[in-house]
Amino acid sequence: MKNTDIKRLLYTHLLCIFSIILSIFIPSFFLENFSILETHLTWLCICSVFVTAVNLVLYLVVKPNASSKRSSLSYKVTRFLKCCIYFLMSCFFFHVIFVLYGAPLIELVLETFLFAVILSTFTTVPCLCLLGPNLKAWLRVFSRNGVTSIWENSLQITTISSFIGTWLGAFPIPLDWERPWQVWPISCTLGATFGYVAGLVISPLWIYWNRKQLTYKNN
Amino acid sequence: MRLGSGTFAACCVVIEVLGVALFLRGFFPAPVRSSSRTEHQAEPPAPEPSAGASSNWTKLPPPLFRKVVIMLIDGLRDDFVFGSKGVKYMPYTTYLVEKGASHSFVAEAKLPTVTMPRIKALMTGSLPGFIDVVRNLNSPALLEDNVITQAKAAGKRMIFYGDETWVKLFPKHFVEYDGTTSFFVSDYTEVDDNVTRHLDKVLQRGDWDVLILHYLGLDHIGHVSGPSSPLIGHKLREMDSILMKIHTSLLSEERETLVPNLLVLCGDHGMSETGGHGASSVEELNTALMLISSAFERKPGDIRRPKHVQQTDLAATLAIGLGLPIPANSVGSLLFPTVEGRPVREQLRFLHLNAVQLSKLLQENAPSYKKEPGFEQFKMSERLHGNWIRLYLEENNSEVLFNLGAKVRRQYLDALRTLSLSLSRQVAQYDIYSMLVGTVMVLEVLALLLLSIPQALNNKAELEVPLWSPVFSLLFYLTFLVLSALHVIVCTSAESSCYFCGLSWLTAGGVMVLISALLCAVMSALAEMFAGGKFLSKNPAHPKAQWSELDVLILLGTMGHMLSLGASSFIEEEHQTWYFLVNTLCLALCHEIYRNCFLRDDCEPQPCSHVEEGFVSTAAALRDRSTCCNVLEPHRVSKNPTALDTLRGYEKWMVLASPWVILTCCRLLRSLNQTGVQWAHRPDLGHWLASSDHKAELSVLAALSLIVIFALVQRRCSLTSKVAMALGLLGVYCYRAAIGNVLFPWQRDSKDISKGVIEARFVHVFVLGILFTGTKDLLKSQVIAADFTIKTVGLWEIYSGLVLLAALLFRPHNLPVLVFSLLIQTIMTKFIWKPLRHDAAEITIMHYWFGQAFFYFQGNSNNIATVDISAGFVGLDTYMEVPAVFLTAFATFAGPVLWASHLVSFLSSETSSGSALSHACFCYALICSFPVSAYIVLVTSLRYHLFIWSVFSPKLLYEGMHILITAAVCVFFTAMDQTNTQS
Ligand SMILES: [Zn+2]
Ligand SMILES: [Zn+2]
Repeated sequence: MKNTDIKRLLYTHLLCIFSIILSIFIPSFFLENFSILETHLTWLCICSVFVTAVNLVLYLVVKPNASSKRSSLSYKVTRFLKCCIYFLMSCFFFHVIFVLYGAPLIELVLETFLFAVILSTFTTVPCLCLLGPNLKAWLRVFSRNGVTSIWENSLQITTISSFIGTWLGAFPIPLDWERPWQVWPISCTLGATFGYVAGLVISPLWIYWNRKQLTYKNN
Repeated sequence: MRLGSGTFAACCVVIEVLGVALFLRGFFPAPVRSSSRTEHQAEPPAPEPSAGASSNWTKLPPPLFRKVVIMLIDGLRDDFVFGSKGVKYMPYTTYLVEKGASHSFVAEAKLPTVTMPRIKALMTGSLPGFIDVVRNLNSPALLEDNVITQAKAAGKRMIFYGDETWVKLFPKHFVEYDGTTSFFVSDYTEVDDNVTRHLDKVLQRGDWDVLILHYLGLDHIGHVSGPSSPLIGHKLREMDSILMKIHTSLLSEERETLVPNLLVLCGDHGMSETGGHGASSVEELNTALMLISSAFERKPGDIRRPKHVQQTDLAATLAIGLGLPIPANSVGSLLFPTVEGRPVREQLRFLHLNAVQLSKLLQENAPSYKKEPGFEQFKMSERLHGNWIRLYLEENNSEVLFNLGAKVRRQYLDALRTLSLSLSRQVAQYDIYSMLVGTVMVLEVLALLLLSIPQALNNKAELEVPLWSPVFSLLFYLTFLVLSALHVIVCTSAESSCYFCGLSWLTAGGVMVLISALLCAVMSALAEMFAGGKFLSKNPAHPKAQWSELDVLILLGTMGHMLSLGASSFIEEEHQTWYFLVNTLCLALCHEIYRNCFLRDDCEPQPCSHVEEGFVSTAAALRDRSTCCNVLEPHRVSKNPTALDTLRGYEKWMVLASPWVILTCCRLLRSLNQTGVQWAHRPDLGHWLASSDHKAELSVLAALSLIVIFALVQRRCSLTSKVAMALGLLGVYCYRAAIGNVLFPWQRDSKDISKGVIEARFVHVFVLGILFTGTKDLLKSQVIAADFTIKTVGLWEIYSGLVLLAALLFRPHNLPVLVFSLLIQTIMTKFIWKPLRHDAAEITIMHYWFGQAFFYFQGNSNNIATVDISAGFVGLDTYMEVPAVFLTAFATFAGPVLWASHLVSFLSSETSSGSALSHACFCYALICSFPVSAYIVLVTSLRYHLFIWSVFSPKLLYEGMHILITAAVCVFFTAMDQTNTQS
């Protein structure tokens, strides 16, 4: 548990936040009348691409799990393909969950699916980067006392806070304020984004404050 | 005093019911009343005002019309007459509106838009209180001053055909009547034919003065298939032809007698876009009102747009038209166009009579009436009126007279409008004192329940109720004295007319004693807790209890639901809250299952409490609760990690799949009945099935559901009740076939629709039989105390009897709700609760959540209009109050009741520890009293909210009913618990 680790964590998280902010402002230079609410789907796509890209780059640069050995190209390719499949599966999985939560089955399919994509971007992509396509490891990280490094700890916090943000984002939908952002799924995607950003901000701070108590199995 | 926690909880809920009842009595204000109701008949009518000169008009003016026909069409929305539908389907009426001798109005009904209060409003001119909705089921005779009673006193002969409600409201008023019951909603031809068949005969006869016709068909069509159904057009066309028949007959009679008659066409309330009524959408409030008479002659080119008026205005207008005194409690003002054709002196006389009546009502209901602008206007116009009379009697210059007359008339109309408005506002006055007393009781009980959590949930499930020592303490007497003094002060102060003061001194004293005793109990419990808390904090060996994710979710969900009750939209869409929570609960369970299944071996948590350390500081306040909640499940995970190991292969798969099955079931149920407000108009499976085109599908579905119900229920019944269950479910199908909901395979179309009384009674007999067998088994288990299984079987039989009753009462398209409820209960019992070994508290709360969700899955909402009244008449020939109310209440709250009774039978059969049942009872009481207490406080603070009548009040009634049912459930729990401990 070194302070440098926490610092690195903080910088990577700041970069992620920066990518979200970029996804809000950059498209307006290229696209006519771009705004988050009106061209929501476009923004969803752009945001998810940006966040994925930043996550991948950070993963390649920072290499949080240093234990990974040098391995053959074919292994890497299969691993990458597996990751893609996992990502797609997680999108469908989230889509199914939204429908179970009451999202319309037939109308607004594209909206619901893109919402699933962005939520996967916020949750599954970091998981894939950090843990690889290993469901058991995922389950371990997301159960009590299962984390083994600050990276996993921050992953746990950001993912859970994205879920909570999404969950809370559904609350304004029944209110009769007639605001444009109450339309499905805008409030939920915004909630997910806020949750993700909040998680990115909170996790380094929380880890910093609790650095005395935190002792991981491996360290 | 030592009490079991179940008994204690039951007592608490019963006290809570009393408190809520008192609160409700205070919250729903008594309507504006004139105190001089009885001697009103003897009172002479107000004489014409005159300044100096004495007027010769001291009697009531003579009637304007010889005969009056009131044609009331239930659910006649304004656009059915004045809109495009009217033009298309009601040509004669449209002709009358546009060119005929008529005045048309859009009459605005007030809440609640339900038939009986609206009839009362039409005939008394007063605004019945909201609580009349509840009394809609059994309408006692109307004792208030009203047009019908006045007409009877004046010797008018009245005839009535139509909705029975009238006959109940006015039992001895009609010389001839034929009431039709409105409870077979699916019938929309016979109800109206019953009225129309008398018409020819009656119109030919001349021996009546008032004829009232109440047509129910239109409303029934609305309930069954909505306002855009093609049936509406047919019905409107039929109504139009009836109106034409009546009008021509009246006109031909007028040609002989040369005195004008009056024909009134009106609706009692409108119809929402889904076809129901009871709430406050514009479609439900606006009704058509037309006055047709040859006295209202009109020149060609005289265009009269329908004006907006109040529904209550009709009573005053009818009274004037019939030459009767205006009903004493009427808050309406005369519809002036009806007297426009009369001489000015008469016009002013009518206006004066109305204004005198309104100002008298104001005097009796508002202490500071002299400052009311309406009253001042009235005094002024009365003075002017006197001047006008003097000029008139002196036969003054007609020009001056005319101008002054016009001015007086304008003044009067203004005064009437203001008076009427301020009187209508008077209705919304709350009886704060009663509300306060009720709230205090409820909150004290809640505090007591909360404070006794640690004791009540310990292993013995017993607690020391600190009642007797404080009863003799100083605090008790002091509180009692202070409260009594307050009571005397409040009740003797000038302007209070509250219910609680109206109670006898003994009763009020009893309530005071109760309140102060509760206060003392709360105080001593608090003191004890502080002492205990100090002891615990000194004790470092105190074991740290962990909150599982499920506990956190349950706590947050309960809190969130409580908070959501403060927003009107969340109340309207409360079903969304529950669906959301139940879904999240399933996902949390899923997480728990998967973790237990896959991570059991490799990652058993080491004693690394470091992560918890962070939470501990924030959750320090909650720690007490957490410890007590988890006392009885000390480290579930570590103690029995092999719970899932014992399962065989396919069972393990079922455990893994079960959350998803439940989630899918919930999703299917959600699309069965759209409820709430915002999305209520969405197409749903229920409407699709209920429409007459899909009768075959509905029949197949109903038959399948009944078979599945039998398959799921029978497995734990004794042989007799198995047979009874099968026959009963068969009877349910026969009943539905008899009333024409479903078809037998050999039956092509439903020709002979009966009320199905025999079939329904057949099922009732089996329900009673099964319940009786169950009770017998329970008693046997208590007496013999030998066999534990007898009790389990008995409880299951009681449960299955309730299931059969629900199957009978549910509409056929709702039978899948019952099926899924049984299915989810079975799955959860087998694959979730048993393998994961949840404790009684968690299981109770899950049952409560699912019960609430099923309340909405049934198609209920927090709106009175969704209550299925027809359930109260299953198997009854005539209206019988007690069974009807019981059946309706059961059909409405079937979801929560079935889940609660499943909880009893599950806990007493599955758990070995004797305290589970009393823990469950305590938790159930606690979790049910949370929302009701919060809601009472919220509603008190929101009592001037715009939606108080349309959203918050119906919800309050539902909450009141819910706490009553909770009390019944808790008493049942306690009874079961008693038999348990004795045996
Ligand atoms: Zn009606
Ligand atoms: Zn109706």
